[in-house]
Amino acid sequence: MDSPARTQDSDWTLVFVCWLLASVAALGSLFFSEVMGHPPCVLCWYQRICMYPLVLILPAGLFPFDAKIVRYALPLSLVGLLLAIFHLLLVAGYIPETIKPCTQGIPCTEVQIVWFGFVTIPLLSAVSFLLISALLILTQRRSSV
Amino acid sequence: MKQKERKLKPTERNPKPKERALKNKQPKVKKGRLFVFAALFLLLVFIGGALLYPNQKSNEATQAYQRNKSTFVRDHSPVLGSPAARVEIVEFLDPACETCKAFFPLVKKLMAANPDRVRLYVRYAPFHSGSDYVVKILEAAKRQGKFWETLDAVFAAQSSWAPHHNPQPQLVWNHIGGLGLDTDRLRQDMNASEIENIIRQDLADAKTLNVTMTPEFFVNGRPLPSFGADQLKDLVQGALAAAYK
Repeated sequence: MDSPARTQDSDWTLVFVCWLLASVAALGSLFFSEVMGHPPCVLCWYQRICMYPLVLILPAGLFPFDAKIVRYALPLSLVGLLLAIFHLLLVAGYIPETIKPCTQGIPCTEVQIVWFGFVTIPLLSAVSFLLISALLILTQRRSSV
Repeated sequence: MKQKERKLKPTERNPKPKERALKNKQPKVKKGRLFVFAALFLLLVFIGGALLYPNQKSNEATQAYQRNKSTFVRDHSPVLGSPAARVEIVEFLDPACETCKAFFPLVKKLMAANPDRVRLYVRYAPFHSGSDYVVKILEAAKRQGKFWETLDAVFAAQSSWAPHHNPQPQLVWNHIGGLGLDTDRLRQDMNASEIENIIRQDLADAKTLNVTMTPEFFVNGRPLPSFGADQLKDLVQGALAAAYK
């Protein structure tokens, strides 16, 4: 933080890390559905709608670096985070059956993958959106100082 | 505060043109390269995973098959070939299915080319309406030890008793006369409840194994990657190579 160029460099890195997270999440979700053959439920699709655009929008703010990218990317990641939290609560059973938006097709409460006993696809989604949102907010704070 | 102080430094505020060019250009190239490398790396990992995953999954299918064959093969399933064979083909077939008829000589050829190394189990998937009647005849013929001859005769005459996917199973009787079967016993046996149960069990297993079309093959538990004669040949060759190293 000792020079403006340096500050911009580390802001660039933050947004770059956001893009990395979004890309890993997007490719990972495609791997789950297209390669492993787990059909995505409705809520998963809504979260994809928030995640996939980030993969394309964030690089637009990287070359050349534009801190304003946060204004375009943050709404997507925040909505995605809310959806992922809703999904997690649904799977955990805190939200009653009647509010479920997905009665047709694949039930969103069906847990298709469990790693290490606690890592599920909605948890991965929530963690990704949380990290991306946090990093974007951090970038916003630093550049508006 | 600190930043403002530094901004006032003359060198920072007014760098020589050459220095400025260096400062702006170098990191940008680096960043661009970093971005491209990261993108390529992620894509390669994805593609690599996508290529390796089906292989790993079919290995798992083979292991699951070695551990528990019961959904693939039942005690009642007709079997052809040496018990010592290490490559086992499980075929779900429908006597009224044209493709099953077309594939049957190929399966026999694969077995003849690898004597004592390939075994065939037949499972029933009578998806055409009326073909369960023919399966009952086949099962009753099995009780007289003439299952394979009857199956051959049924397939050979398929176009006359099941023209255009429209089976008229009663006509099958006209084509199995020359096999030396005791027809009266056959008519009695084919209504046995055991045979009914066999068909029910086979259809249930077909559902469990996701068999929706006939013929469907499993070679040591592995399904065809996609449907076709070459795929079946490759799958059998692969299983032979793995079993007889």
